[in-house]
Amino acid sequence: MMKEPLVPMIGIVTDVRVDTPDVKTFRVNAPGGGKCFEHMPGQCAMLSIPGVGEAMFSITSSPTNEEYQEFSIKKCGCLTSWLHQMEPGQMVTIRGPYGNPFPVETELKGQDLIFIAGGIGLAPLRSVINYVRAHRENYGKVDIVYGSRSKDDLVDYPEIENEWCKEAGINVHLTIDRPQEGWDGHVGFVPNYVTELGFDPQGKVLVCGPPIMIKFVLQALDGLGFDRTQVFTTMELRMKCGIGKCGRCNIGNKYVCKDGPVFRFDKLGELPDEY
Amino acid sequence: MTYQFPKANAEAIVKGISRAVYAPVEKDGLTSFERYEAGMNLALDTIPTDKSMKDVFFPQWENLMHFRVEGKTIELTEEERCHQDFVIFGARACDIQAVKVLDKVFLADPVDSYYASRREHCTLVALACDKPEDSCFCKNFGADPASPDADVTLYPVGDDYYVQTNTEKGEALVKEWNLDKAEEGPVEWLKGEIGKKYEELPFAHLNLKGFDGEHLKEKFDSPKWKKLSMACLGCGSCTFACPTCQCYDIRDYDTGNGVQRYRCWDSCMYSDFTLMAAGTPRPHQLERYRQRFMHKLVYFPANNDGMYSCVGCGRCIKKCPMHLHIVKVIKALGEEESK
Repeated sequence: MMKEPLVPMIGIVTDVRVDTPDVKTFRVNAPGGGKCFEHMPGQCAMLSIPGVGEAMFSITSSPTNEEYQEFSIKKCGCLTSWLHQMEPGQMVTIRGPYGNPFPVETELKGQDLIFIAGGIGLAPLRSVINYVRAHRENYGKVDIVYGSRSKDDLVDYPEIENEWCKEAGINVHLTIDRPQEGWDGHVGFVPNYVTELGFDPQGKVLVCGPPIMIKFVLQALDGLGFDRTQVFTTMELRMKCGIGKCGRCNIGNKYVCKDGPVFRFDKLGELPDEY
Repeated sequence: MTYQFPKANAEAIVKGISRAVYAPVEKDGLTSFERYEAGMNLALDTIPTDKSMKDVFFPQWENLMHFRVEGKTIELTEEERCHQDFVIFGARACDIQAVKVLDKVFLADPVDSYYASRREHCTLVALACDKPEDSCFCKNFGADPASPDADVTLYPVGDDYYVQTNTEKGEALVKEWNLDKAEEGPVEWLKGEIGKKYEELPFAHLNLKGFDGEHLKEKFDSPKWKKLSMACLGCGSCTFACPTCQCYDIRDYDTGNGVQRYRCWDSCMYSDFTLMAAGTPRPHQLERYRQRFMHKLVYFPANNDGMYSCVGCGRCIKKCPMHLHIVKVIKALGEEESK
């Protein structure tokens, strides 16, 4: 992390990709080229437009990408609306990386992995997925269950279709909430699909999505016989500092920015239900 | 080393200090720690001041950096950190304990350099509390009104201040005052007196059993929060008056010549404190009220080897318009533990 935690660096948006009607993926480089800093999968960064706002976003690119960092951002408020108007060449401020990554080098190593994502919840998991793909020999079988409201709301669809779906040892299971013309894949909510897929309760599971989806996915995993120690997620609460000092992203005595955002569910279960 | 000077000379001594001095001053019936200037009304007898000394180290508003924005480009200039020595004159034991709490937050890795630079440049002159108020309960939380922990401690005895230096920094400051040496006897006498007076205070001994990380969920889930928080207006007065409340916001404003990014005090009592596009995890005043007290009495000690982030200054007792305060919470949630 940077020596002056509240003072950001300047980054340059070098590419803007339209993913869905309300999600864009921004590529960010340091002014002299390359990445602003190194990170691990699951870590976050504070992006800001001075005068508009500053907020925490997960870094969706994998650390194995040596050229740039990417942020998939859903338009849902003042800052994100401004970000969505950006064109390449726009400077932003960036600071980080913040938080603990998914334990890709420890607990997840050597394991079969199941990724379960809903909507924009794919963004933080994509970093892990691509990290795992780059270090394929270190991990077992990979299953990716990804759902969204409609086929137009699947983030990163070209990468999923052209890369993940075609890779040996990776099974991609896509689903959308309601039937739609031009979609011949699975239809239904993510938690039910997880139950239908009937995974063996082994390996590790990484879940990210809307809170309601996470809640029912957990029930589905319980039903399949998974233990909560096998399941990880990444949390999001309002943040201002990113370093455990501004006082607002706590769940009990843990700060999401510093002690999270990645939590194992058995540990999360020990905390007050206030998130 | 022990020295002595007449109380009547206090103003002259403050005026004579070659560095900036922050001292309790009274204006229109309210007391706060201000940068002392000739003509101000020193309030060295007030316990505690209406506004604590936290904003000497952690100002209510402070500039962090400035941006120049032109087209698609952004240029950043950091605000200068504190680089000049200064003195706080007349700090009380509770407020000093509060700084120790703030240190745990701002000096923990990664260090907040804005705060750290002020801590580094400060020489702290404390005042022993010869006349504690009924609302004082600092000893429950590790502060000692009879011997506040500072570079220099002043002990008011009769018409004099007895002066004890506790650090080299303190010794260097007191040297400038050219004081007469004194016996330690009156200081020891006063410490005894303060100890006795403290024992008579209504909240001298609170039962803090069970306020720790071990009982985190039990305290959080207590049905008593509902009744306790019912009358809370969510005004945030308790958080701003509290010497340890350090939640902050970072905001920008357009200066007409760029963007100024500043930090200001914020309050967990406010509905927008945790508000996100998707909603808030603390939608009612109950959750916000609970957060404040759980933080002070359970979360903070769980993370800091048992240190509470209440210092017993009693300001919330005096300032809450609805008379809701931490002692009520401790009594309501703590006593069930002792039974």
